[in-house]
Amino acid sequence: MGRLKIFLGAAPGVGKTYDMLSDGAARARDGVDVVIGVVETHGRAETEALVRGHEVMPRRAVSYEGRTLGEMDLDAILARAPRLVLVDELAHTNAPGSRHAKRYQDVEELLAAGIDVYSTLNIQHIESLNDVVASFTRVRVRETVPDSILEQAEIEVVDIPPDELIERLKAGKVYLPEEATRALSHFFSKSNLSALRELALRRAAQAVDTQMLDHVRALGVGGTWAGGERIVVAINELPGADGLVRAAKRSADALHAPWTALYIETQRAQSFGEAEHRRLAATMNLATQLGGNVATEPAIAIVDGIKAYLQEARATQLIVGKSHRSRLFELRHGSVVDRLVRETPGVAVHVLPLDAPPVASTRLRARGAWGSRRGYLWTSAMVGALTAAASALFHILDLGNVALLYLLPVMAAATLFGLRTGLFAGIASSLAYNFFFLPPTGTLTVSNPENIISIFVLLGVAIVTSQLTARVRAQADMAAASARTNAALAGFLRRLTPIDDPIALARTICEDIARLFDLRTVVLVPGDTGLVVQAASGPQFRFETMELAAAQWAFDNDMPTGKGSGTLAASDWYFQPVRAGEKVQAVLGLASDDGGNPLRPDQFPLLASLVDQAALALERLRLAEEMRDVEAVRTRDRLRAALLSSVSHDLRTPLTAVMGAAAELRHGATPELIGTIEGEAARLNRFVANLLDMARVEAGALNLKVEAIDLADAVAAAAHDARRSLEGHAINLAVPPAMPLVKVDQQLLHHCLLNLLDNAGRYADPATPIVIEGTHNFGLLKLSVIDEGPGLPPGREAEVFETFRRFEGSDRAVGGTGLGLAIVKAFSEAMGMTVEAANRTDRSGAHFTLCFPAALIVRNAAEGNEI
Amino acid sequence: MSARILVVDDELSIRRLLRNTLERAGYEAIEAVDGRSALALAAIEKPNAVLLDLGLPDRDGLELVQLLKKQGDTVILVVSARDATDQKVAALDLGADDYVTKPFDSEELLARLRVALRHRSLSETAPKIYRKGELEVDLDQRVARRGDVETHLTRKEHDVLALLAANVGRVVTHQRILAAAWHGSEEAPVEYLRIVIRNLRQKIEAPGAVGSVIANELGVGYRLLGDG
Repeated sequence: MGRLKIFLGAAPGVGKTYDMLSDGAARARDGVDVVIGVVETHGRAETEALVRGHEVMPRRAVSYEGRTLGEMDLDAILARAPRLVLVDELAHTNAPGSRHAKRYQDVEELLAAGIDVYSTLNIQHIESLNDVVASFTRVRVRETVPDSILEQAEIEVVDIPPDELIERLKAGKVYLPEEATRALSHFFSKSNLSALRELALRRAAQAVDTQMLDHVRALGVGGTWAGGERIVVAINELPGADGLVRAAKRSADALHAPWTALYIETQRAQSFGEAEHRRLAATMNLATQLGGNVATEPAIAIVDGIKAYLQEARATQLIVGKSHRSRLFELRHGSVVDRLVRETPGVAVHVLPLDAPPVASTRLRARGAWGSRRGYLWTSAMVGALTAAASALFHILDLGNVALLYLLPVMAAATLFGLRTGLFAGIASSLAYNFFFLPPTGTLTVSNPENIISIFVLLGVAIVTSQLTARVRAQADMAAASARTNAALAGFLRRLTPIDDPIALARTICEDIARLFDLRTVVLVPGDTGLVVQAASGPQFRFETMELAAAQWAFDNDMPTGKGSGTLAASDWYFQPVRAGEKVQAVLGLASDDGGNPLRPDQFPLLASLVDQAALALERLRLAEEMRDVEAVRTRDRLRAALLSSVSHDLRTPLTAVMGAAAELRHGATPELIGTIEGEAARLNRFVANLLDMARVEAGALNLKVEAIDLADAVAAAAHDARRSLEGHAINLAVPPAMPLVKVDQQLLHHCLLNLLDNAGRYADPATPIVIEGTHNFGLLKLSVIDEGPGLPPGREAEVFETFRRFEGSDRAVGGTGLGLAIVKAFSEAMGMTVEAANRTDRSGAHFTLCFPAALIVRNAAEGNEI
Repeated sequence: MSARILVVDDELSIRRLLRNTLERAGYEAIEAVDGRSALALAAIEKPNAVLLDLGLPDRDGLELVQLLKKQGDTVILVVSARDATDQKVAALDLGADDYVTKPFDSEELLARLRVALRHRSLSETAPKIYRKGELEVDLDQRVARRGDVETHLTRKEHDVLALLAANVGRVVTHQRILAAAWHGSEEAPVEYLRIVIRNLRQKIEAPGAVGSVIANELGVGYRLLGDG
């Protein structure tokens, strides 16, 4: 990690660039490899003289809106890899299309590459001081750098007295952009400059403080940190919220406390327009940039959400903005601030004024509240119909009952169409009641004052009903939204859980997220040469270099890139790294069809949850694969050891017998010697065949050639090839004619049968019968080899299939290799069959059964066909 | 006159073993160590049969089958490795008469050789009657008799069995049987043949003695076993 040194100035013209260049030159004289990344000399002779002493990296030309801009060439510097690079104007905003939106992000990448950086910065560009500076200079700069970058930097304040700076300004020695000259003339007043200077010095001191504290903490000294202050700032979508965030940052710095920007998502969020969403996202981003956490809590009422979060986070301080709601609103609803102060004991509540008037909020509340035109038409129709009906029935109704009847449309309108339509219904009803029924009828005058009460009741009912309904509806909507989110997550998890194939998993992740957000999605995973697309929703497409670079950057740096992020934002895609454990596993890309921002800020929490789940699923697959690898290695090692001992024994024994018997033949041949040679040679042959088979199993080289075969055929071939092992036994091959064909690899099945027959021939006493029996009952197809040998150790029948398994006490002279039955098992399973070993129940003897599941059975192949 | 057999193998021990076996059975054995000398010897000595190892150092074994076949109408018995099923079928398609698998059984080798030589001297017409042990099949009448049990053969069963009987003791490839018995219908699947064989076994083989009449040559074809 490279080190950053910032030359901090109170105002333009104090000589930061000059100081930086001088310092750089001093380092170069010490033998350090120094280059200039980017420096603006603004034509000043002294500065240019200093630049000449350095190697200057050429700038990268970026064309933007017809102009050509020279931006710092980040990649060239990374490739050049100097020890120290000088980068002017840390707060600079890069031309659109650059990798990062801001120069300080370039610097962070340089630092990450291990390159030291010297840079310059003016105090008003520091994010958390932006407000403060603007408040007394009335000049607000748009280019800011997050405070976090200062915290890792060594800071040198470049300071000259205000009078001197003003002199320099008058002498034309300070470069100011043309368009800013007028605005800045106010900026350079003596009082402003003094204040800025103080700020710069204080900020530098604070940075030193922070670094000291970090140092202390790193050494484990402990100390004042344990104060345990935790600050929460409640934010909303209104324009002044960023001021609250900066205030929280200042308090948090002063208290050395962690802090969180909390957004309570209520019903209001559903009526947000693009502007509100963007402002809220900007505020959340600001909080992240300033080093705070961001949390979103869904709740019906803001106060309840804040209370719940404070409790959960064990916060000690709360910062809220002063409400701009009218007195009347507060009287009706109670002040949020009052309730918070009252209901959160133990939490210090700071109330700050919001900077900007809440223009948007009145517009917001207005929208949609008037109700639909349809609602008014229905309401009018209902009132009209009721008036007509009541007129018709008036002769049997008294006046009070008519008033009661009018409650019906009022309640209906308030319930169905909301407050204003309800009030309209109340007014219309009372007018109709008044006009048609209250004496004197046909006028809107009321003769009896008692009847005025009826009118008020109608209006009151409209208000109360609509309020109650609105609240119930809001709660239902919140619950439904929450249920939708939960259902989406649960469904996602449920679909991911059973998948054990990486490509299927990526496809499911793509499709689910695409469906949930109505976006195009793609999952990229690391390949041999960078990221490759593993799955994508929708039609096939190709990524341009820009997209791949953005995805790669997201993967390498574990940060979101692309549209809607601060990095490589010119891409149409937004890339989200999917990280499980320490490592980024994949990158998820999102894009909307219209090329706009793929996600609204309120969708980010859900995306984060989904990505977490996806990461877990990917991690699960990776772990499973690792486990399999480890297990495979362990098994292979065990087999290799067993193989060596087996080979040395099982190859040498028959060889010794053959060589000995052959030597004996010189003294005359006896049938016994010849039999020994033949038998031992056959045994060697089978052992070599089994070794070859086992090697194929081990290498995973069983290229199955599946075809439909007849079991009688298979048995006939096996019995023929195994005839030497079966010599002397009565063989009963009982395969009934009604057996269907099975789909297997006939070579593998042949070897299974050979080994089973060989095994039976070896362990069963000569002259005892060996039976091969096929059965086909209840859709189960089985082929059994049954002998009359000693059988298997009770309770340990299944162990017989383990590689190199030979039971203790079994007669070594019979010459088992311990490979044959393991091969039977491996081959059977490779073909989708199972194999079972059991002892006979009627007498001693073993009973091996190959079971063919229904999937392998051929139904009606050519049965009744032309044969 | 004893038949002259050319043994082609690059391994001295195998040549020595085969010479021993052949001479014991009354044949005259001559030896070649590679494909080039095998072709030369075949041209000069005009052997009645060639025992050909397919894995020769200098020539592809299948190519050699073709060249030998072109030189003269000699019996070719292929000696091949265990799992080389495709190679066996290819050799048979190219005109080889039969094959044995290494490591081979001397008696089996002699039997194959005898059958192949006999077929060369006889015309390959199906006999009217096929007999083996208790079994008697009347191919004209399409009737199989085993002891008292008498069963009728279907047309396909008859066609298949007649072809096998004409080549008794000799392997007949699946493709050849399919071409003969399912003539006209292109590409009849091997499954049809397997079902016909399964039904035939039921009719002509004794219960508990699957494979006693029709031997299954794995992946290659079928062989009707002779009495000898």
